[in-house]
Amino acid sequence: MAGKTLYDKLWDSHRVEDRSDGTSLLYIDRHLLHEVTSPQAFEGMKLAGRKIWRPGANLATPDHNVPTLTDERKNGIAGIIDPFSRLQVEILNINCREQGIVEFGMEDKRQGIVHVVGPEQGLTQPGMTIVCGDSHTSTHGALGALAQGIGTSEVEHVLATQCLIQKKMKNMLVQVDGQLEPGVSAKDLILYVIGKIGTAGGTGHTLEFAGAAIRRLSVAGRMTVCNMAIEAGACAGLVAVDDTTIDYLRGRPFAPQGEIWAKAEEYWRTLTSDSDAVFDTVVTIDAADIQPQVSWGTSPEMVVGITGRVPTLQGAKSAMAKDSLVLALKYMGLQEDQPVTEIKLDRIFIGSCTNSRIEDLRAAAAVVHGKKVATSIKQALVVPGSGLVREQAEQEGLDKIFTDAGFEWRQPGCSMCLAMNSDKLGKGEHCASTSNRNFEGRQGFGGRTHLVSPAMAAAAAIAGHFVDIRRWS
Amino acid sequence: MIPFTIHTGLVAPMDRANVNTDLIIPKQFLKSVKRTGFGPNLFDQLRYLDEGQPGMETALRPINPDFVLNKEKYRGASILLARENFGCGSSREHAPWALLDYGFRVLLAPSFADIFYNNCFKNGILPVVFAEDDIDAMFVQAKSSRRLQLTVDLEKQQISLPRGENLAFEIDLFRKECLLQGLDDIGLTLDRADLIRGYEERGRQNFPWLFGDLA
Ligand code: SF4
Repeated sequence: MAGKTLYDKLWDSHRVEDRSDGTSLLYIDRHLLHEVTSPQAFEGMKLAGRKIWRPGANLATPDHNVPTLTDERKNGIAGIIDPFSRLQVEILNINCREQGIVEFGMEDKRQGIVHVVGPEQGLTQPGMTIVCGDSHTSTHGALGALAQGIGTSEVEHVLATQCLIQKKMKNMLVQVDGQLEPGVSAKDLILYVIGKIGTAGGTGHTLEFAGAAIRRLSVAGRMTVCNMAIEAGACAGLVAVDDTTIDYLRGRPFAPQGEIWAKAEEYWRTLTSDSDAVFDTVVTIDAADIQPQVSWGTSPEMVVGITGRVPTLQGAKSAMAKDSLVLALKYMGLQEDQPVTEIKLDRIFIGSCTNSRIEDLRAAAAVVHGKKVATSIKQALVVPGSGLVREQAEQEGLDKIFTDAGFEWRQPGCSMCLAMNSDKLGKGEHCASTSNRNFEGRQGFGGRTHLVSPAMAAAAAIAGHFVDIRRWS
Repeated sequence: MIPFTIHTGLVAPMDRANVNTDLIIPKQFLKSVKRTGFGPNLFDQLRYLDEGQPGMETALRPINPDFVLNKEKYRGASILLARENFGCGSSREHAPWALLDYGFRVLLAPSFADIFYNNCFKNGILPVVFAEDDIDAMFVQAKSSRRLQLTVDLEKQQISLPRGENLAFEIDLFRKECLLQGLDDIGLTLDRADLIRGYEERGRQNFPWLFGDLA
C-alpha cells in the first residue's frame, strides 16, 4: 500500500464518522471568527435555540471593518464613524461576550487580521483542523494544519457541533525545487505558481507545497504561499512540519508547554507526506525560473515577471481567454504589449493577511530606508497585520523609516485589501498592493490593483512605477 | 432551507469566465448582518453605472443597459448560465444569498469554485456542472432571439431542454438528499452527538493540547 500524504494524515485523524453517502463528519479543533461572516451564524443559533458546542475552541477578532487611523481608533467601537461597520464590530463583541468566546477586541494589542493573529499567538498548531468564515484561512496550512475557509452556514454548523460534513479532496503537490534568486520572495513564488496553473488549477484539491525552495522559506513566507492557495482554486494549502515550524511555535502564548510540548512535538514531527505517498496531481517548478512578479489584470493568474509585458490578444489560447483579456485590459486601462515597468502608480498598499507580518515590513523597510516616496504617488500605506506586529516594528524603528519616507503608518486591520473601511482606491487609480486579489473593484470602485511582494511595492513607491528589485538600489 | 425538487425557469446567460464573489456581491454590502435583502445589489458593479452603497434606493440609480440581467428578454430569469470557475474568490455566503434573493434557483456552468459550490447547497440553490460543449450549446440558445426555458429535475438528475432532449447531471448523494428535503444539516450532525463526544474523549487522551479551553 502506498504511503499517506500529509493531507491524508490530517483527514484521517479528524474523522468522527464515515457516512454511507461518501462524506465524513470531520472534527474541527479551532474555529476563528471575525465580524463580517459571523453575525448571521450567531443569529441562526439563537433562532434555533442551539448552544455553542465548545466555546473554548473559538477565537474572534474584528479585522475587515476596523478603521486603521489612530484617531478613529481612540474611542474604541463607539468611535467607528461608519455606522454599518460599527454595528458589525459591536455585534461580534456582544456575541462573544454572551457566548463566552475569547475575543481580541479593538483595544487589545493582540487584535489584527485573523490569519496573522492565529499563528502569532500559537493558536494555529500543526495537526489541527482550523476553519474560519474566510477563504484565506488556507494561510494556517503553513504550519502543517488542515485549514480552510467556510461560508456562514458552516460557521453556524461548527459553532453548534464542532464538526463539518465534508467529502475528501484530491491530493496535489506543488514541488518547488532549487533556490529563489535574491530579491525574489515567497509572494513571487506563489504568484508564479498561480500564473502557471491558473485560478482553477487547484480546484477540488488540497495543495501541498514542497521542495527545497519551500523548505528554505520562513514560516512567514510559507504563510504567504499557503494564503494564496485559494487564489489557485484550492481551499487548503499545506507545508509539512520541520524544524522551522517547531522553532516558530516554541514559546508562543497558546502553544503547549513543558511535558505536553514534548508530546506534541513528537507528534508534529510525523506530519509530513510519506516518501511513497501518491498525489493525484503533481506540478514541478524550478525556483530559478521565478522573477519578481507583477499582476497586470483582474485575476491573480494574470501575472508576468517584472521584465515582461502585458499580453497581446493575439497570444490568447482560446476565444474565452481572449474575451477575458479584452475585459481585463479595458478595466485596467492598459495597452497590449506594454512593459509592466511603464505602469504608472497612484497608491501603494503594504498590508493584508498575505504580507503584513514583521518579515514583510522589514523587507519593505529595507528598500525604502533613507529614500522618499515619489511625488506622483498620492498615498502610500503600511498597515501591520496585528497590534503586536505594529509594536515589534516600532521597536525596530521601522515605523520611522516608513514615515520619514512619506508612508502612512496605520493601525492593524484588513484595510485597503478589500476596502471595507475608509482606505480605498479612487476610480481608475493604479495601486501596487501586497494583498491577494486584484478583482475589479476589490480595493475601491473602479480601482486597479497590481499584486506584488512587499519589496516590490516599496520600490514602486519610491520610483513611482514598477522596477526590478533585483537590479535596483 | 427551502427544498429543491423540480424547477422550471428562464435562463439568463452570463458570458464571462472566472466570475468571482466580489463581483457577485461587492464588499460594501457585506456590512449587513442579515441573510436577505442582497438581491438588488447582485452584480452591483456590472448592473449599475454608479458606485453602490448600502441603503441607496436602487430604482433611482443609472443602470447599465448592456448588462445581461438588465435586458428585457431576461427579466424574471431564475436559472443563471455561467462560464468556468464561477464563484471563485472570497468565501462570502452573501454571494448565494444575493443570487437567491434576486430569484436564481439554478446555476449552470462547466465548473464552480469549491467554497461557493458548497455554499449554494446550504441555501437551496442547485449548481449544476455540465461539459463545456453542452454549456456552449446552451449559451447559443439562450442568446438567440427566443427565450430559453429549462426544467431541472433534481430527483431524476436531469434537465429538459426545449426540444424534448434531456441532459443528465451528476451530484453528490448527500447534497442531493439535503436539497430535496430542505434538510438542516446541523440537526443531522447533532444526531451524532454521542459520536462527537466519543471522539473528544479519545482526543483528550491522545492529543491533550488540542482540547484546552481558550476561555
Ligand atoms: S487581509 Fe484581505 S484577504 Fe486577508 S482576511 Fe482581510 S480582507 Fe480577507
